[in-house]
Amino acid sequence: MIEVVKSGFFSTIQDLGRYGFGHLGVPVSGAMDQSSAKLANEIIGNHIDAAVIEMTLIGGVFKFSCNTHIAITGADMLPKLNNVSVSAYKPIQINKGDIVSFSALTHGYRTYLAVLGGLKTEEVLNSRSFFEPVTVKGLLKNGDTLPIDEKNLVFKDGYSKIKNQCFDSSVFQVFPGPEFNSLSHKQQELLFGSEFTISNLNNRMGYQLSELIENNLNPIITSAVLPGTVQLTPGGRLIVLMRDAQTTGGYPRVLQLSDKAINLLAQKKTADKIRFSLIEI
Amino acid sequence: MERYDLLYKPFGNRAILIEWPQKIELEIQKDVWIFKNLIEQKNIKSILEIISAYNSITIVYELTIENVYSEISALKTLYKGENSLVTHETKLWEIPVCYHADLAPDLVSLSKIKKLSIGQIISLHTAPFYSVCFIGFLPGFLYLSGLEKQLTMARKTIPDKHISKGSVAIGESQTGIYPMESPGGWHVIGNSPLNFFNLNNQNPCFASVGDKIKFTAIAKEDYGSIKSAVENGEFLPKHSFLND
Repeated sequence: MIEVVKSGFFSTIQDLGRYGFGHLGVPVSGAMDQSSAKLANEIIGNHIDAAVIEMTLIGGVFKFSCNTHIAITGADMLPKLNNVSVSAYKPIQINKGDIVSFSALTHGYRTYLAVLGGLKTEEVLNSRSFFEPVTVKGLLKNGDTLPIDEKNLVFKDGYSKIKNQCFDSSVFQVFPGPEFNSLSHKQQELLFGSEFTISNLNNRMGYQLSELIENNLNPIITSAVLPGTVQLTPGGRLIVLMRDAQTTGGYPRVLQLSDKAINLLAQKKTADKIRFSLIEI
Repeated sequence: MERYDLLYKPFGNRAILIEWPQKIELEIQKDVWIFKNLIEQKNIKSILEIISAYNSITIVYELTIENVYSEISALKTLYKGENSLVTHETKLWEIPVCYHADLAPDLVSLSKIKKLSIGQIISLHTAPFYSVCFIGFLPGFLYLSGLEKQLTMARKTIPDKHISKGSVAIGESQTGIYPMESPGGWHVIGNSPLNFFNLNNQNPCFASVGDKIKFTAIAKEDYGSIKSAVENGEFLPKHSFLND
């Protein structure tokens, strides 16, 4: 069991998402930066879809009530084991009573903590990913206890030359979205020729960008949207939908981020600058 | 059976979007459902998710689509092929709605803009058998077509931050019910005490795509008693069958 001594700023439990319920309007959810979440699991030999803790901006403090192994990936929040710095991207042995803590962010935005065998919190519609109101909880709170597999687990070192990730790139690879061709030549040039700033309206549902693009496109007949879809609102605002995005929408879908680009954006925060680069298909 | 010229578009590198003509029409909607059934029956392992809407189907694949053109051509063949139109009885759900101003923040403004009395709005809104076209936006949000033309209303330019659970609202030519509190840009004209997304049930949404919905106006007193009966699990939505 893990006790959440301090939950941090915005911490949730995530696996790779809740698939197969989109027809009921249920978002996919899942780790924002799936590449980091998978890595954390791989380092300790877990299945890549095992549930992990996702921490945003400020990490938490966790107390372990059993021996196990953990791995930390993603943003650097200066992890410590019993107040002594530990390395991320490597298996860490945990003894009963140990405390793992995180503090301020130095690089990236979201940190992942995987534990041997994965977190065993409640599964709802085939996934442990938090998404209120599909799951009762939307956020970890101080004092929560998280069940983990406490016995019969043999640690198999999955770690092999895994390097720390870098989230510095500001170029995002995108595909043309379904309504891309309705944009004027000038609008297309603006999309690829300008630098955009992530506004403070950014969360697991979507990231709004600060700069506006003059827009005269009509709304579309409501149709599916996906994590990574970039919508253009009638007011000219670009919204990049993320993992908790709604399943359908009525704004033109002008771009679609690659999976890699979604993972990278999950490591960006308010005021960070980004550029879009078109992948020709 | 009318067949349409469909547009097939890659949607990123893990999804394909299939589009019908840009119209909300029951004939188009039925063709969308038939094709969706055909794809589902194929039971293709690489497909994670099929999301249909009024005039579109989006197929999400588990992995990057290696050759999008061969995938599209397989879909085209499937569409042109045999169409197993299964006729079945359609469920008609009776949904109680309270149109009292306390539960309908936009009813008065809609009545002014549309130059219709509140009574006229209620009778226009409760008249049709709406079709459940798809469920989207929020878990359990039913998109309903069949709204009377006199009630169509553009979405709000600035969405409301809080729309309460159960709100029955109008957006463009659609009407729908907010299954939970949420931000939203539709005009709220009433509220239903029913639960539209309940994880305690094997099927969290009682209504499915293709079903019909009829709204019945209820008084504010009845709203309260039905709502507590719903919370105690003593009120189940009523349905009858229509022959399609």
